[in-house]
Amino acid sequence: MINLLLFPIILPFFFAIVLLFFRENVRMQRVVTVIGLAISFIAALMLLAKVKSDGVQALTLGSWPAPFGITMVSDMISVLLVTTSILITFFVVIYSFTAIGTEREKFYYYPSILFMLTGVNGAFTTGDIFNMFVFFEVLLIASYVLIVLGGEKKQLRESIKYVLVNVISSALFVVTIALLYSVVGTVNMADIAVKISEIGQPGIVTVIAILFLLVFGIKGALFPLYFWLPGSYAAPPMPVLTLFGALLTKVGIYAITRTYTLFFIHDIAITHELLLVLSLITIVAGCIGALAYFDLKQIMIYNIVITVGVILFGVAQMNKAGMAGAMFYLVHDMIIKGALFLLIGIIIAITGTSNLRKMGGLMKTYPSLGWMYFIAALGLAGIPPLSGFVAKLLIVKGAFDAGNVWGSIIILASSLIVLLSVMRIFIYAFWGKPVEVPATKSGSYQKMMIPAVLLVVLSIAYGVGSEWLVPYMTDAADVLLNPSIYIDAVLKE
Amino acid sequence: MKANDVILQTATKVVAFIIFLFSVHIFFAGHFAPGGGFVGGLLTTAAIVLLLLAFDLKTVQKALPFDFMIVVAIGLLLALGTAAGSILFDVPFFTHAFDDFALPLFGVSSLHTAMIFDAGVYLVVVGSTITMIQAIGGDS
Repeated sequence: MINLLLFPIILPFFFAIVLLFFRENVRMQRVVTVIGLAISFIAALMLLAKVKSDGVQALTLGSWPAPFGITMVSDMISVLLVTTSILITFFVVIYSFTAIGTEREKFYYYPSILFMLTGVNGAFTTGDIFNMFVFFEVLLIASYVLIVLGGEKKQLRESIKYVLVNVISSALFVVTIALLYSVVGTVNMADIAVKISEIGQPGIVTVIAILFLLVFGIKGALFPLYFWLPGSYAAPPMPVLTLFGALLTKVGIYAITRTYTLFFIHDIAITHELLLVLSLITIVAGCIGALAYFDLKQIMIYNIVITVGVILFGVAQMNKAGMAGAMFYLVHDMIIKGALFLLIGIIIAITGTSNLRKMGGLMKTYPSLGWMYFIAALGLAGIPPLSGFVAKLLIVKGAFDAGNVWGSIIILASSLIVLLSVMRIFIYAFWGKPVEVPATKSGSYQKMMIPAVLLVVLSIAYGVGSEWLVPYMTDAADVLLNPSIYIDAVLKE
Repeated sequence: MKANDVILQTATKVVAFIIFLFSVHIFFAGHFAPGGGFVGGLLTTAAIVLLLLAFDLKTVQKALPFDFMIVVAIGLLLALGTAAGSILFDVPFFTHAFDDFALPLFGVSSLHTAMIFDAGVYLVVVGSTITMIQAIGGDS
């Protein structure tokens, strides 16, 4: 089965095509989507086991030799991200059964999700920079559909901004690839890494590195380029927002991580210093936003921005602890953001508003929701037995090792602010005098709680079992810190 | 006011077929000459658009009673199926196969599975462009 590493990409694609044949039959749509995601998840787990036992998997499509065909590469970090993406999508799809409404389900909602997953998994797995652009477009075009689907006024307005920003950044992506191709003459990522180290990264390559940071910074919401995110992410309905918040910015982070650990490693003083500074400002900007709002969605959206900063800060350290911490944090954040977005989606569904000032006293009527939210909030802030702890500990350790004392202090202080921002939601929504809420069907509450609770439990397991996960994360960090492993796996004879 | 477009409609009935035949030619020429699934599909669309200009939407839908989203789905399945066929033989995805066949009328011809992939592209292009045009022109 040499094609195993393609299955997490092909299977969602195949099931998305199948779904196109019967648009009106909502029940079939749901069943086929769940089956497709379950099969994809099993394939991803098999791939994970294979990568763990045999090392980096590489396959050049069409039986062409390595630098000439499109190579797909599955190393530990990409397979971990692929597996988590499929899992998050699975829970979001189950949540969507009750949360999205049949009107949207009848209009290619599930195919769009699966096409987006195809793009996300492809972007995580590809070993060819132009192919990465193509997969970016696959996931972006599916996300355009998801953001505008339903046609509310707010969605139309915000989707125009979102599409405009992404079209511009995609054009910049193409120009950057063109520049890189004119310098090194190849688009295969392993081959690019070899060619850049042969010419020793002259000035023009550093310029290209910063252009890549611009491109992926727009996709991944890095400091001066995150302006589009708060407005656009607040527009679509909750399940779509969960998918975007958990998956889309992570693709940008992954792309920055990949290019900055594989290509541009010969002039760290400029490129990685810039990345470090930008990620710290991103954290500060995100913290300001997270404290400034009394709106559930906005608080969580600014928490996405903080996360982007924390992960890229870990990556910018370029040492083992920092990189392993960043990888830990990446997977942790996908799970915990998924859980938190689903939970605040339930709060919004119950109270009928996302304004914190208009809610209160939910603890009396919905205690399980309250405690689940409490645990997830502590997990996000990084309280020891929960999942955020080990990740942040490693990132801070990496930063101290690299001598970035002030950076570490900002990271630690940002944890406090993250905790404050999510606890504020807890205090306002769950404590205090109960506020009159519109009646909701208890059945739909139960159905929405199931995926959210499962994700919280998963994040607890991720935190408690982190000892067991350490070898996976160190494998991921090893490949990132030693590009030769990656290059040998692709360009082997 | 009803315009009299006998000349346009009569010319269309002839020209649409010529455009369609040319699109088929371009589609099959793709491997050795400029052309292929994408331009072939666009040219077929052009023929249908000419029909739409000369007649109205309902007439054309009656003449071509397909759901063009299904055409897109079939095209995608063809493309994916061609590429995924290689999985059965345990060679890398997208590995194509070709051979020479002695066909009755055409003589010895070289047949290549890339053609089936191109047919998928052709169907997706035709299906998606016509869907767009029908969706925009549809609600009046």
